[in-house]
Amino acid sequence: MREITADKAFNISNMIFILFLLAIVCYPLLYIISASISDPIAVNSGRMWLWPIGVSWEGYKRVLQSAEIWTGYRNTIVYTLLGTAINLLVTLPCAYALSKKKLIGGKVVMMLLLFTMFFQGGIIPSYLVVKQLHMVNTIWAIMIPQAAAVWYIIVTMTFFRNTIPQELEEAAEIDGCSVFGVFLRIVLPLSAPIIAVMGLFYGVGHWNEYFTALLYLSNENLYPLQLVLRKILILNQMSSMLSSVKDPLVLAEQARIAEIVKYAVMIVASLPMLIAYPFLQRFFIKGVFIGSLKS
Amino acid sequence: MLLIQNKQRASVASKRWMKQWPYYVLLAPALIYFLIFHYYPMYGVQIAFKNFLPSKGVWDSPWVGFAHFERFFNSYYFWTLIKNTVFISLYQLAFFPASILVALSINELRNDFFKKWVQTITYAPHFISTVVISGMIISFLSPFSGIVNKLIEAIGGGAIPFMTDPAWFKSVYVISGEWQNFGWGAIIYLAALAGINPELHEAAMVDGASRFKRIFYINVPGILPVIVILFILNMGSFISLGFEKIILLQNAMNMDSSDVIQTYVYRAGIQDAQYSFASAVGLFNSAVNIMLLVTFNQIARRLNDTSLW
Repeated sequence: MREITADKAFNISNMIFILFLLAIVCYPLLYIISASISDPIAVNSGRMWLWPIGVSWEGYKRVLQSAEIWTGYRNTIVYTLLGTAINLLVTLPCAYALSKKKLIGGKVVMMLLLFTMFFQGGIIPSYLVVKQLHMVNTIWAIMIPQAAAVWYIIVTMTFFRNTIPQELEEAAEIDGCSVFGVFLRIVLPLSAPIIAVMGLFYGVGHWNEYFTALLYLSNENLYPLQLVLRKILILNQMSSMLSSVKDPLVLAEQARIAEIVKYAVMIVASLPMLIAYPFLQRFFIKGVFIGSLKS
Repeated sequence: MLLIQNKQRASVASKRWMKQWPYYVLLAPALIYFLIFHYYPMYGVQIAFKNFLPSKGVWDSPWVGFAHFERFFNSYYFWTLIKNTVFISLYQLAFFPASILVALSINELRNDFFKKWVQTITYAPHFISTVVISGMIISFLSPFSGIVNKLIEAIGGGAIPFMTDPAWFKSVYVISGEWQNFGWGAIIYLAALAGINPELHEAAMVDGASRFKRIFYINVPGILPVIVILFILNMGSFISLGFEKIILLQNAMNMDSSDVIQTYVYRAGIQDAQYSFASAVGLFNSAVNIMLLVTFNQIARRLNDTSLW
């Protein structure tokens, strides 16, 4: 009987720990949402600490009026779609070829890929390569230097090995199907889950990436959303949303709303992810699970 | 005889090649990508030992031996960079068990629906971009309007200038990183926990073991190999911190505490265009990482029979 009381105590303290975790994750997120639609004065003074006070859409209005945000949004959508397409075009065929254990030199290629996980030339030599290829300040600098990730190739390869029935491929070959035919007509249609998972992983990566753009882009028209956010959230440059008039009254008003504009920007930038997340998280778990099976 | 054998062997090989060449067509894009964007920079890293002149290119630039390394080791900021890099890494390492603890705890939840829900929420922050996270940190910690300081003031404390006081930088960086990633880190352990044979638990329950004991004697040993592997990988990137976030949180006031090797490489190399010098510093960083990885892999193999290779 003593054991059971011990278990009860354990369950209660475990539940308290879990609730604590949930609270520390949720609170900042809830705060941002509330702050973005609250009265700026209530936010700046700290009176607003959980639920919105005096609903105001001022922040969102400024954000949506900003040409910079829209350009950033458009660029990021282009980089994400195109970049992910390139990722898949490189990753899927490579992973399929490597999934063939009998491939001559397959092990050597695998070692070549794995080695890059542990040793790299570093950002300067990589930067010089991109520069040499005249990709600096073009959209290609954002996508081509990140065309594939070794880890994702390994995960995809493991999926192919474990889930595509070998007999099916052999039967298709006997029927005169070429390697390309097998890959396109048999393997790919059976691989929808892994294509979705990889597309999501690569896609989220592109959506959130800022450093590549910081490294390679100086033309503001090419800036992805994250670089625009950096200007607003980190460098505090909000000229596109606030007027440049030097009238003290206007300046005071601007200082007043600066913070809620920032919170609104955070929401607007994360919105696609927020909407998609509940649907995607199922896939993410799958992706990580397939990966963990390997190790 | 030998000749015939060789010929046969050659023809077998060529037959295999005739069957296999299409796979190399499929491999080609990835191979070309890795050669150009990963192996060619490794060739380019020789500029660390040269005085790189863009007009002459990597190959024809003059050799200077270890001059750039010497300059780095002898510079006055060398020890500051090392100290910051090592401290932040150790600080992060102290939180290594956090995800394990969270996974063990989530794993004990009996209601599957609630369990999934908890997981979904705890790893959501992982998908917030670095820029937004950094923006959140800066806004929340502002001494004027930040909610953290407002809460401190509400309980009677004074506002703390988190972002401009060097003493706070490391905590801000590490704890916010932990907030963002503890749930994500727990996924892999949860997967490993799901693979533990339930019969072990049933047998222990028959013997009257409490839940706490079962966690300690069944679950923890069960996921130990995964813990070791992740720990080794962690050590391999010990001093390559998430410098992308540090760059965003860095400012003139907290530089003494926030400047690490890689942020320095970025500034020297990209902003000041000292390509050779910055490559040397970067190479030093990679070399240390590789040494740590190999060392810890060896240790793990001795102690535990678990290793990467």
